[in-house]
Amino acid sequence: MSQAKEVLSNPVFKNNPIGLQVLGVCSALAVTSNLNTAMVMTMAVIAVTAFSNLFVSIIRNQIPSSVRIICQMTIIASLVIVVDQILKAFAYDVSKQLSVFVGLIITNCIVMGRAEAFAMKNPPGISFMDGIGNGLGYGVVLVFVGFLRELFGAGKLFGYEVLPLVNDGGWYLANGMMLLPPSAFFIIGMFIWLVRTFYKDQVEAPEFELAKNSKKEAV
Amino acid sequence: MEQYISLAVKAIFVENMALAFFLGMCTFLAISKKVQTSLGLGIAVIVVLAITTPVNNLIYNLLLREGALAWAGYPEVDLSFLGYISYIGVIAAMVQILEMFLDKYVPVLYNSLGVFLPLITVNCAIMGAALFMVERDYTFGESVVYGVSAGIGWALAITALAGIREKLKYSDVPEGLRGLGITFITVGLMSLGFMSFSGVSL
Repeated sequence: MSQAKEVLSNPVFKNNPIGLQVLGVCSALAVTSNLNTAMVMTMAVIAVTAFSNLFVSIIRNQIPSSVRIICQMTIIASLVIVVDQILKAFAYDVSKQLSVFVGLIITNCIVMGRAEAFAMKNPPGISFMDGIGNGLGYGVVLVFVGFLRELFGAGKLFGYEVLPLVNDGGWYLANGMMLLPPSAFFIIGMFIWLVRTFYKDQVEAPEFELAKNSKKEAV
Repeated sequence: MEQYISLAVKAIFVENMALAFFLGMCTFLAISKKVQTSLGLGIAVIVVLAITTPVNNLIYNLLLREGALAWAGYPEVDLSFLGYISYIGVIAAMVQILEMFLDKYVPVLYNSLGVFLPLITVNCAIMGAALFMVERDYTFGESVVYGVSAGIGWALAITALAGIREKLKYSDVPEGLRGLGITFITVGLMSLGFMSFSGVSL
């Protein structure tokens, strides 16, 4: 059972799909301007990753390796269609806000990457867990970024006012940049810095070693 | 004509695929260490986008959209929910065909693009262009222009980032930020720069 727990918890911080493996960054940036869409996107990705891992793993011994990519793609695309239809039926507003990004889960490298790297080699149960774990790892970054962006950009969380804005007679002056796309890059950059401060082994080796300062006490 | 030019300028600068919509980020960050390789990848993306966007446009308009099957005698059928799976199928197939075609007839180009071609299937920029094309209801002519110029915009962005990163490797970056972290922040600054284009009214 401990293996399941490890598979589930490892991707969240230690081997975060966004922070370490640079997978699935596209949607992480675009849907995080408020917490609501970030949450919905997280759930959609967890569902797709988990089930695509499960199904790929079930048929892993039947897939000829020359056409495996297209098989995985078909499974993933069908799952995304299901998720999209469910969102359109039960959460129409959110699905409008997410616009093309639900469709882009298909090309989200996390889903594809886990299907290829884990589900093709492991039995269904553990693959399902791995899918949930990686979905969660993605979700942690998404929710973290969404939280900061909505809190500091609009003074709200889930659309409820937390920091009363100056415009409405409060004290908080909203930071408009937080709602703009570039802030997502800065926040993820900082997030990576934070994670790597705790997990030193993730620090990338420099391509180029700077020469030590040759003069003593150079100012 | 004028409408096509303004669409092209909009797709290249104002709504840059990489820096305004963050599409194709995975490859954007992973393969931007050298100007040479990122230029090759950029050209491959332009070619694939220029082919797949119009093809997907035809598929959507002639087969999937509501009432599109009227010619076959099914005027009330709406297959648009099959969109995702058809677009990705088209993209995967196109990339495969392009790879085989180049291998056979233009080996020089094949050798320079070779490694990147399979990667392009999972590049969100390609899929994103198809989905935007559907959402904005482009005509066939517009979709050709949009495909080409979205590709040019993406290529421009990745080449620029590679240029910055080539210089950046000589700088002394704090430990935890090295590599990926600083790249994110660089891209953030670039995207901030590209936002100034959004003031351009066409």
